[in-house]
Amino acid sequence: MKIKHHLSDELLMAYAAAELPEAFNLVIAAHLSLCDECRARSMAFDALGGAVIEDSTCEMAAGSLEACLSRIDGLEQTEVPVAQPAGAVLPAPVQDYVGGGLEAVKWRSLGMGVRQAILRTGDKGASARLLYIPAGAAMPDHGHRGLELTLVLQGAFRDEADRFGRGDIEIADDTVEHTPVAEAGEACICLVATQGALKFNALLPRLAQPFFRI
Amino acid sequence: MMLDAMSPEKPDAPVGPQLYAAVQTIGLRRKGNLRLVADAEQTDWSALVFRVRDHQDKVAFAALFRHFAPRVKAFLMKSGATEALAEECAQDVMATLWQKARLFDAERASVATWVFTIARNRRIDALRKSRRPEPEDLPWGPEPEPDQAEVFEAQQETERLGAALSRLPLKQRVLIERAYFGDLSHSEIAAETGLPLGTIKSRIRLALERLRHQMDVKATER
Repeated sequence: MKIKHHLSDELLMAYAAAELPEAFNLVIAAHLSLCDECRARSMAFDALGGAVIEDSTCEMAAGSLEACLSRIDGLEQTEVPVAQPAGAVLPAPVQDYVGGGLEAVKWRSLGMGVRQAILRTGDKGASARLLYIPAGAAMPDHGHRGLELTLVLQGAFRDEADRFGRGDIEIADDTVEHTPVAEAGEACICLVATQGALKFNALLPRLAQPFFRI
Repeated sequence: MMLDAMSPEKPDAPVGPQLYAAVQTIGLRRKGNLRLVADAEQTDWSALVFRVRDHQDKVAFAALFRHFAPRVKAFLMKSGATEALAEECAQDVMATLWQKARLFDAERASVATWVFTIARNRRIDALRKSRRPEPEDLPWGPEPEPDQAEVFEAQQETERLGAALSRLPLKQRVLIERAYFGDLSHSEIAAETGLPLGTIKSRIRLALERLRHQMDVKATER
């Protein structure tokens, strides 16, 4: 598997800083599960967070340590989880939302063989869904109204300029107009997060446009 | 580095491979204030986490608490939490550190970085009331007996990162810090400082470039 389309620095930094709605976090966590390169970059941004947190301090309330010590008294320590066998179509964070693997997805037909399953997320900043596009079919409804992240989990799609295979992520906003089509051979399954709100309007569209260009 | 070999293509990386290497391998002890270089004493924070993990050592935990709890509380207050909420969440974060000590991976993350990720997730929970999906656990996981050379190298890299950050011009450092305090869009930062948005973007870019450069320089000086 060769991932060609990666996350941008802006999205990774916003993910590290927790500035994104849950649906975007889900797509990013799913991509990081498949892409060691971006995971390393993401960890670099976490390390920067560690350096930032070292830099300022304040007073704790009186008796704070004692209160915490009595809280941990007798608290069980968590076991290291057993790593799941790699290679499932749905990465672990997506399985958490689906409640199982691909067979557990509750698809709804959108017509022409295209199916979708909306994944329930807690905040309203953006929505997340799985899309199933039959081999050779066009992706539905492709006007972008805000920031949209599309992660390929199975099969591949092509637009005028590029091919997106498993693990590849497409970052698009309302300036992007294209007609993606699923490749022949295997049905294409994607995880899509679409901006749906209010609160993040100022930040999200800009995240689609690289301004670091390092 | 391993990751470079696995992935020869470099997407728009903000920081050099050395930084990734630093974060990948990761290290341990951090000094309280990196700018106080005169303070020769360094605390091996990861060793304290291991004592918590292996012996449920409350003395070690208390030392970790005294250093990190006030930093977590300050971080949460700067992120918009009230003092009472920040105090409560800082205690939660430290209790989580106790509970999840076995998950700490000293070869790949400093204690400060690990604490940051716990605090960030607690903040999402407390201020946003939403979940934080995390990437799949890696098969490499934390080693029961971390490689001492790896841990030492990771420490060096981590300290270099902190030092590079503290050497940034104040304005650039403040911008990066604000980004991490979260819930501030770039336009909000601009409104608060009176700076135009484009300038902010360029400043962040410059800050990251300089950070990368300093990491590169430090790495070649070795």
